[in-house]
Amino acid sequence: MSGWTHHLIIAPILVPLVVAALLLFFDERQRVVKAMISLASTLILVVVSLALLRIESGPNDFDGVYLLGNWAAPFGIVLVLDALSALMLLLTALLSVAALVFSLARWHAVGAHFHTMFQLLLVGLNGAFLTGDLFNLFVFFEVMLASSYGLLLHGSGPLRVKAGMHYIAVNLAAALLFLIGVSLIYGTAGTLNMADLAARIPDIEPDRRMLMEAGAGVLGIAFLIKAGMWPLCFWLPTAYSAASAPVAGIFAIMSKLGIYIILRLTMLLFGEGPSAGFGADVLLYGGIATIIFGTIGVLASQALGRLAGFSVLVSSGTLLMVLGINDGAISSGALLYLVSSTLTISAFFMLIELVERGQDAGAIVLAVTMEAYGDADEDEPEEGDGVTMPGTMAILGICFAACGILLSGLPPLSGFIAKFAMLSAMMGTGAIGVPPTATVWVLVILVILSGIAALISMTRAGIRTFWSSLEGTVPRVLVIEIVPVMFLLFLTLALTVQAGPAMQYMDTTIRTLSNPKIYIDAVRNAAVVPDYDGAASTGTGSK
Amino acid sequence: MELVLATAIGVMTGCGVWLILRPRTYQVIVGLSLLSYAVNLFIFGVGGVKTNVPPILVDGVPTSTLADPVPQALVLTAIVIGFATTALFLVVLLASRGLTGTDHVDGRNEPK
Repeated sequence: MSGWTHHLIIAPILVPLVVAALLLFFDERQRVVKAMISLASTLILVVVSLALLRIESGPNDFDGVYLLGNWAAPFGIVLVLDALSALMLLLTALLSVAALVFSLARWHAVGAHFHTMFQLLLVGLNGAFLTGDLFNLFVFFEVMLASSYGLLLHGSGPLRVKAGMHYIAVNLAAALLFLIGVSLIYGTAGTLNMADLAARIPDIEPDRRMLMEAGAGVLGIAFLIKAGMWPLCFWLPTAYSAASAPVAGIFAIMSKLGIYIILRLTMLLFGEGPSAGFGADVLLYGGIATIIFGTIGVLASQALGRLAGFSVLVSSGTLLMVLGINDGAISSGALLYLVSSTLTISAFFMLIELVERGQDAGAIVLAVTMEAYGDADEDEPEEGDGVTMPGTMAILGICFAACGILLSGLPPLSGFIAKFAMLSAMMGTGAIGVPPTATVWVLVILVILSGIAALISMTRAGIRTFWSSLEGTVPRVLVIEIVPVMFLLFLTLALTVQAGPAMQYMDTTIRTLSNPKIYIDAVRNAAVVPDYDGAASTGTGSK
Repeated sequence: MELVLATAIGVMTGCGVWLILRPRTYQVIVGLSLLSYAVNLFIFGVGGVKTNVPPILVDGVPTSTLADPVPQALVLTAIVIGFATTALFLVVLLASRGLTGTDHVDGRNEPK
C-alpha cells in the first residue's frame, strides 16, 4: 500500500466527521438534502472499507499503520488497519447503510439532528476500530457513546427517556472505570500505545505487574459492560428494545465493539509472556453465565424487542466464551459467527418494528412507537415516496423465518455455518482418540441449547404474529423499509454461499492476531514521511 | 502529600459510589461528578506526585526530575469529556423529571 491509498485509512473517520459538521449548516426542514448527504457518506464508507478490506487481504505485507501528524509511533497517536479492523469497518458500513435507508421512511423525522448524530456514531465506531492507542480509544469510545445517547433518546417518550437514563448512568460509570484502567496501565508501563505496551509488558517488574494487571482488569470491565457480559448487562435489553428500530439496528454493532476490543487486547497483550492468559477464565465463565442468562431471557421474552435484546446477549456470551478458550480454529469460527449474528440481529430489530405495526394490542414497546407515529404522521406528506406492498405479510413472514433460522443456527443460512465451524473446531480440540474436555462439552451443549431456545421463542412469536392475528390487519410497510431488512438478510445469504473464502479470511485474521509480533513490529517500525521537499527532517521544513 | 492525595481520592470515590446507588436522579448526578473528580485526581497521581517541577524539557536538566506531562494531557481530555457527558445526563434527567413527574431513577415513585 503506497501513495494516496495509504490515506484511505483515515477516511472512515474523516468522512462522517466532515459530513456531521456539514449537516449542522442545514435547517431541519431541508430533510431530503440532509438525508441525501448522510446516505452519500455511508455509501462512501462502504466503498472505502471494501477497498481497505481488499488491500488487507491482498498479497502485500502488513502495512496498515497511519501516523497521525507524522509523529513516530510511541510518541504520536497511530491508526492501525489490519484484517480484523478492516472486517469490522466493512460490517459497520453495511449496517449503517441499511439502518439509514430504513430511517428515511419516517424515523429520521421524529426529532432534530438525527443524521448528525448518526454520522458521529460512525466516527466513534470507526475510530475505535482503527485506533492503536488506549487513550485515543477512550476518546472515540466517548464520541460513540455521546452520540448513542442522543440516538437512543431520538423520538422521545417516557419509556425511552427512562431506559436512556439507565443507559447513560451505566455508561458514564463505565467511562470512569475505563479512565482508571488506562491510568493504572500508564502508571506501570509508561505508555499508552498498544503495540509499545505489548512490547513492554514482559519487562515490567513483578511487583508492578500486579498493578498493571489490575489496570487491565478494570479496563476490561468497561468493555465487558459494553459487550453485555452477565452481570453487567441488565441495562442492555431495555435500552435496545426502547430505541427506535433503525437506531437499535446500528446499536447491534456496538456490543460487538466491546468484543472487538477485548479480542484485540487479549490477543495483543496477554497472548504470550509472563501475563499470558490473563483474564481468560473470567471471559470463559462470564461468557457461560451470559449465554445462560441470555437464553433464559430469550425464552421468557413476551415482546419481540426484548427477545432481540436478549439475542444480543446470547451472541455476546457465545463470543466471550470462545475468547476465553482462545483456540485458533474456534476463534475463526467465532469471527464468522460475529459477522453473521450482527447482521441477523440488526435485521431483526428493524423487522420487529414492521411486524409489530400490524398488532394493535400487546407489547409495551408498541405503545411508544405508536405514539411516535402519531406525531410523525401529522406533518409527513413527503413520506409517500414508496408504495404499500402487496403481499406484505408474506414477505414479512419470510424475513421473520429467515431471522429465526439465522438466530437458532439451523441450516441453510450463515448462522448454521458459523455455529458448525465453531462446534466442529470445539469437538476437534482434543487429539485423535482423546475426548474433548468437560469444559468443551459444556460449551457445545450451551451453544446448541441457546439455538434451540431461540428456535422455540421465534416459532412461538411467529405463530402469534403471523398465524393468529386477531383483526387480520396488514401493516403498512414502505418499500424503503423492507428493502434494508432484505439487504441484510441477503448479506447473510451471500456469506453462506461464499463461506469458503470468508472462513479463509477469518483464519488469516486469527493467525495474524495470534502472532502479536507482526502488529508490534509494524507499528514500531512505521516510518515517518519525509518533508515535502525531500530534505532531511531537521525540524525547519516550513519556509 | 501522597497520604493527603490518597485520602482525598478515597473519600470522594466512597461518597460518589454511595451517591450513585441512591434512588434520586440528582444524587446520582452528584455522585457521578464526585467520582469523576476522584478519577481525575487519580490520573494526576499515576504520573508521580511531585512539587515545583514543570513538565518542560530544559538542556542539562535530567529528565527524571521532570513532571510527566502525559497525565496532565489525559486529565484535560477526561475533564472536557466528563463535563460534556455529565451535562448531557443532566438534560436527560430533567426530561425524565418532566415526563414522569418524579425524580426517582425508575420514574415509578408515588407522586407527591
